Amino acid sequence: MSDTPVITRQDRDELRRQGILLTSIEEVYNWGRSRSVWPLQFGLACCAIEMIAASMARFDIARFGSEVFRPSPRQADLLIVSGTVTKKMAPQVVRLWNQMPEPKYCIAMGACAISGGPFKQGYNVLKGIDRFIPVDIYIPGCPPRPEALLHGLMELQKKMRGEKLTGPDVPRNKQPDNPCEYPVPEFGAHDLEPAKNPDIWQPPAPVRPDKP
Amino acid sequence: METPEQIRDRLLARFPGATVTLVVNPGASGQHSLLLDPANARAIAVFLRDDPVLRLDYCSNATGVDWPEKEIVETTKVSVPDPAGGAPKIVEQKTKRIQPGYLEAVYHLYSMALKTGPVIIRLRTGNRTDQVALPSLTPVWRACEFQEREIFDLYGIVFTDHPDLRRILMWDEFKDHPMRKDYVEPDDYEWEPTAHDEVLVRAKAHAAAAAPAPVAPPPAEAPQP
Repeated sequence: MSDTPVITRQDRDELRRQGILLTSIEEVYNWGRSRSVWPLQFGLACCAIEMIAASMARFDIARFGSEVFRPSPRQADLLIVSGTVTKKMAPQVVRLWNQMPEPKYCIAMGACAISGGPFKQGYNVLKGIDRFIPVDIYIPGCPPRPEALLHGLMELQKKMRGEKLTGPDVPRNKQPDNPCEYPVPEFGAHDLEPAKNPDIWQPPAPVRPDKP
Repeated sequence: METPEQIRDRLLARFPGATVTLVVNPGASGQHSLLLDPANARAIAVFLRDDPVLRLDYCSNATGVDWPEKEIVETTKVSVPDPAGGAPKIVEQKTKRIQPGYLEAVYHLYSMALKTGPVIIRLRTGNRTDQVALPSLTPVWRACEFQEREIFDLYGIVFTDHPDLRRILMWDEFKDHPMRKDYVEPDDYEWEPTAHDEVLVRAKAHAAAAAPAPVAPPPAEAPQP
């Protein structure tokens, strides 16, 4: 028996256009999950104001099923890192991420959460939350407009709908060697210790076409 | 409002043992300040707050300044008589002296009651390493509490009699004082596509630190007997 399913996604879409609904557990599961992504009620800086604006009536994140901002990490599916992550705050952010149940997703919202942004050369700002947390969606902007956050959420839903339940391509949380807990950095004498999680992030290397 | 000179003269008359120096601001703003000696600073601060003419009841800002050790070259002109009997020559002599470094706390005081201000007072520590204690003015102006904690955190001035002197911005385990001029940041440089200026300096330092140490050549093998 071959690994490719007998009825592909394209076949199902074609049948659906003809009025025949054929589905799979995987599709229903992902459909339901991607339309009720509950974010953690958690903001760090000015990007959080845009996140709040996205949840209000004008932009209305409820249209995407994500209006239920949970005040507890135990009930949340999505961590929106909205704003500057200072080195003093980074352990708490990682701890919140560790307390969220799988399957969970992370959106790095804004320049600061992606790379440190305008504070990148400072001594006190983490140069991107992806040093400690696996980030699914990066939303650039300073701060991103609510439309950009909604677009990021739609991209995340697209990613969730494409996830497999079985097989070698299962997402991170279903892989057997998945670390459910990510190491929380300690406060050191001069910097966070460790300053990054080398398992999930390595510094970029310069690409030199002339010098391979 | 009284000028800083008038305040200084009144303070010197009221506190005979105190040292009050006028620090002139040569800039366009001309906000001159009064340098107090730490021993009498608390008493002078209480006087400034309670004096009916000044009534400086509000400390709007307290901040620190780091003055590192500085080498000053002074040029003096000396006339040297010409041995041949001609006109004496004028020769420039350069003398170098080291101005010791110190830390400074600056307070901006206003009067809410009289709507006047600011009066700026400064306190200086003995040096930047071991004599870094200054009297806290938090008992006089409660608004100084967090700002003195910030000065302690970022500059390392220890305020005696402060009610709660802890770090406020950095974590408690942190050892450095980041706003000092000689603070060395952790080497967390990452590759950037267009490094320039300060970033280029950091890039070069990082590359030098990351480069593998030169390997010593293996010792020559002892000749076989």
